[in-house]
Amino acid sequence: MIFETLRLAVASILRNALRSFLTVLGVVIGVASVIAMVTVGQGSSDQVIADVEKLGTNVLMVRPGQHAMGPRAVGQQARPFTLRDIELLSEALPVLETAAPIATGNATLVFGNANHRAQITATDARYLVASDWPLSLGRNFSTGETRAGRAVCILGETVREELFGAADPVGESIRLKTFSCEVIGVLEAKGASSFGTDQDDVVLLPIRTFQRRVAGNTDVATIYVAVADGISTEDAMQEVAFVMRDLRRIGAHEEDDFTVMDMKQVASMLTGITGILTGLLAAVAAVSLLVGGIGIMNIMLVSVTERTREIGIRMAIGAQAHQVLMQFLIEAVALSLLGGVLGVVLGLVIAAVTSQLMAIPFAPDPLVIVMAFVFSALVGVVFGYFPARNAARLDPIEALRHE
Amino acid sequence: MAEEEPLIRLNGVKRVYGTGAAQVRALDGVDIDISPGEFVAIMGPSGSGKSTAMNLIGCLDRPTSGQYLFGGVGVGNLTSDQRALLRRHYLGFIFQGYNLLPRMSACDNVELPLIYKKLARHERAERAAHALDLVGLADRAGHDPSQLSGGQQQRVAIARALAGDPRVVLADEPTGNLDTRRSAEIMDLLVDLRRKQNLTIVMVTHEDDMAAYADRLIWMVDGRVQRDSKTRQVA
Repeated sequence: MIFETLRLAVASILRNALRSFLTVLGVVIGVASVIAMVTVGQGSSDQVIADVEKLGTNVLMVRPGQHAMGPRAVGQQARPFTLRDIELLSEALPVLETAAPIATGNATLVFGNANHRAQITATDARYLVASDWPLSLGRNFSTGETRAGRAVCILGETVREELFGAADPVGESIRLKTFSCEVIGVLEAKGASSFGTDQDDVVLLPIRTFQRRVAGNTDVATIYVAVADGISTEDAMQEVAFVMRDLRRIGAHEEDDFTVMDMKQVASMLTGITGILTGLLAAVAAVSLLVGGIGIMNIMLVSVTERTREIGIRMAIGAQAHQVLMQFLIEAVALSLLGGVLGVVLGLVIAAVTSQLMAIPFAPDPLVIVMAFVFSALVGVVFGYFPARNAARLDPIEALRHE
Repeated sequence: MAEEEPLIRLNGVKRVYGTGAAQVRALDGVDIDISPGEFVAIMGPSGSGKSTAMNLIGCLDRPTSGQYLFGGVGVGNLTSDQRALLRRHYLGFIFQGYNLLPRMSACDNVELPLIYKKLARHERAERAAHALDLVGLADRAGHDPSQLSGGQQQRVAIARALAGDPRVVLADEPTGNLDTRRSAEIMDLLVDLRRKQNLTIVMVTHEDDMAAYADRLIWMVDGRVQRDSKTRQVA
């Protein structure tokens, strides 16, 4: 019986192929966006975790404000760090291997006819040590250069390519804003980050140079700390927090106005952002599913009206109300499941292409796919019930008389 | 046979639509007994209640008052689902407009009642093929109704009515849409099948020629039976 009904439903869907397709489009879009979002989100989380594992677990980041990488409301009010903080931190905690300041901005770089806009990371020689980022050409900043704020820079691979093509840039001068800047080195290529941004599209400047000539302040956005081998990150985090509280004169009962994170936390924060995005888009998808469900309900109401006579005939030859109900319910579920199947396929294709473009792993989650099917079936049941009940409640005599 | 309990017994049956001033007495106290194997024609002017009587006998409706016994069972007290079961197992319908499901082959149409009877696939196919063979359309099994002539469609409908092996076939103006020659063919087929399958047939018609095929004629006027007589042709 169920099988017969299903066969009938499929036949009826195929008979009105275009109408069926348009009807389920809402469900297709809803399911496809869920699948694409979750798959891409999962892929980028995987990538973040992989990146962080590559960085090692012995790196800490200190930022002003609470949850400085999340929403910036609190972070903006907190006092930024200064270079002095870093020197004092280094002095107070000799067990730490390295503490490097970081400030960021961006600017257009010009060499000859070529110009290119890049991210600036302003820091000192310790940054490359702390982040374990080797140079492919030239050398790191010298202590003298950072202290004096000399106009020297190290280029990321992308910037080098944009400005110099295949040529060796070391020793050349590029123009950055209003000043000329000597290229002293080139970073080794790292590739795209977890969020698809090009990590090589960067130029490193000594932090004083940046503060004086670009930013016009003495702020340090982040302190990058490498913990020496043999010291646990938890201990190091506590010690850094202790020193920072002292440096920033925070009273015993006051909250920290800075955040110390190890890479695990950075990773979870980054994946958390992905999670929020995924959640938002899932809400959009849910709305789309709702709209899709209404579309199905609409077409099922039309279908019941169109087939009133058929319902009468079926009742006359012995169909009971619940059998008529089942027939239309199964048809609605078949429709919405068709939408689910198309949506899953489309979503996976979108996710695969996006993952390829973002250079992140393609991570389809079987559970999510199963859930997508369950939800689309549910949409069919919920929105198919009302029209199906209308069909089942028809009076056979009236239905047979229907033109 | 004549001593047997009537298969169908209407006892003072009334069917009233609406209430108050708008009340319509479609049936106003009808007594009809039909024995197994009879071929009864119901005639009457439009509005005489013959269709209402047909719907009642077909268990599609319930009397407002009075008693309708089908095979000894009081239909008036049955739920719609129970009446659906009666129709499924004991009744076959033939309509004026054929009422085949479009875009379903003749064979699928004939199988439809068998699906509701929950027969296995191969048995359905066998029975449908047999029923189509009885009406002389074995070679048209795969055709859609739209590919068949009116007479052929009605024969498919007859096959559908018979496939479920009913005790009573209810025919509502079965030749109303057909020309004289096709009508005669259909009536000959019904008479022939009735003899072969020992069917009880109740037919509504307004054509004397068609009524003449029956062996009993019930003439209705204003919701009552005005005349109930044997016709010349007694099986």
